[in-house]
Amino acid sequence: MSLALRPSFPDYESVSKHNNFNPYSDNGGSVVAIAGDDFVVVGADTRLSAGFSIYTREQSKLFPLSANTVLGCSGCWCDTLTLTRILKSRMQMYQQEHNKTMSTTACAQMLSIILYYKRFFPYYISNMLVGLDDEGKGCVYSYDPVGHCERRTFRASGSAGALLQPLLDNQIGKKNMLNAKEEPVSKEAALSILKDVFISAAERDIYTGDSILINIITKDGTTEETFQLRRD
Amino acid sequence: MSSVLCPEIPSPGFSFENCHRNAMLEAKGLAMPKAQKTGTTIVGIIYKDGVILGADTRATEDTTVADKNCEKIHYLAPNMYCCGAGTAADTEMTTQMVASQLELHRLYTNRVARVATAKQILKQYLFRYQGYIGAALVLGGVDSTGPHLYSIHPHGSTDKLPYCTMGSGSLAAIAVFESRWKENMDEAEGIQLVRDAIAAGIFNDLGSGSNVDVCIIRKGSVDYKRTYDEANKKGEKQNSYKYAKGTTAVLTTKVVDIEEVAVRSIDLERMDTA
Repeated sequence: MSLALRPSFPDYESVSKHNNFNPYSDNGGSVVAIAGDDFVVVGADTRLSAGFSIYTREQSKLFPLSANTVLGCSGCWCDTLTLTRILKSRMQMYQQEHNKTMSTTACAQMLSIILYYKRFFPYYISNMLVGLDDEGKGCVYSYDPVGHCERRTFRASGSAGALLQPLLDNQIGKKNMLNAKEEPVSKEAALSILKDVFISAAERDIYTGDSILINIITKDGTTEETFQLRRD
Repeated sequence: MSSVLCPEIPSPGFSFENCHRNAMLEAKGLAMPKAQKTGTTIVGIIYKDGVILGADTRATEDTTVADKNCEKIHYLAPNMYCCGAGTAADTEMTTQMVASQLELHRLYTNRVARVATAKQILKQYLFRYQGYIGAALVLGGVDSTGPHLYSIHPHGSTDKLPYCTMGSGSLAAIAVFESRWKENMDEAEGIQLVRDAIAAGIFNDLGSGSNVDVCIIRKGSVDYKRTYDEANKKGEKQNSYKYAKGTTAVLTTKVVDIEEVAVRSIDLERMDTA
């Protein structure tokens, strides 16, 4: 008789079994960011959920850190709250120490260090930091939960990240196409592609839906926009 | 002996021949494949002239939507339908098998099969498999003794109720019934109540979504309204995603001369009817 089929008698077991407490929860959500020459757009859906239930349909997952830097978070919501609270205070400390606002690139480096500090009990978040760099160009920094950081021009992350990234690679990165013109993406084009990929995500990912909140960052500041998605 | 020309007829029932092997592989750490589950909202009510069944149309595979418009109200007999929640294959196969048994029963007895008969076949079958057949059902129909509605759980227990819900959206749907169901409703009122209960599941349960299917069973007639209501309109795309001709790379081209292929005609042979 194989080991797997031996009957178990819970009353006679000599080693105690204990259920491990799981400190993390997955509250879903997706974030998409597209950077251009003089702008960056970032969108996040506003559904907060766990398991098969929706907590709220109108939760912003975008956090402005400065006039031209925004952080988008998806994953464990309680970790997001803690991380953004720490970031907010670190931004203020920097302002008061140096009498200037932290640049987007400096924010990106700081976030990486804050995440790696929790290497063995990580913040369970997919982060996406967007803003304008020192030359005024749009930039997108994407992270893994333990602080690996990469600068890109477009990125999708969160529960529908794997669904959306190939679409962005094709439509913005012009990948796998013959005779495709390599031209910088315009703000209007970026905005419409961003809305379209979220429509697709809402069709197939149960954790993405309700609506999206979009931040458009240019040298003149940040503007907000919302867009309705399906609610089932 | 079996061969390609004369395949061996498999013995009836499930094949358990891989159970020991799979248990051994699982103990060694191999992850077993997961069956497609329909996180679902299914409901049924009894109204003045019969029974109304309702279902959503989303099938999920973990957190992705596998089917946006699947059919969850299954045919059992001309006077009986059955909503299924749980493992998709189990609900489909179980209802198909019972439908065939009921048809044979109807031909043998020359009578319209009773809903209680279907309920008994289903519960005895599910109980035999101790819950391993993951089918949660809402069975409704009208027979010589009037309208009947049953909810059947995967382990084989049944409830006879005037209104019931099943699946992951059952709590959202039962809340609608508990507040608004009453005896002897007319048909329009009943359909509206069923639609609203399914819509509650579609919007508040992530496992349910897309459209509302409704099936009305009266004495002597059935109205199966597939996609009775599209609860959610699909978002309108801003751009067109049509690719220009020549976008896909052609790696190799090979032209086969069609005359090289030999075509041989076979004379018809008359069937031996002697």
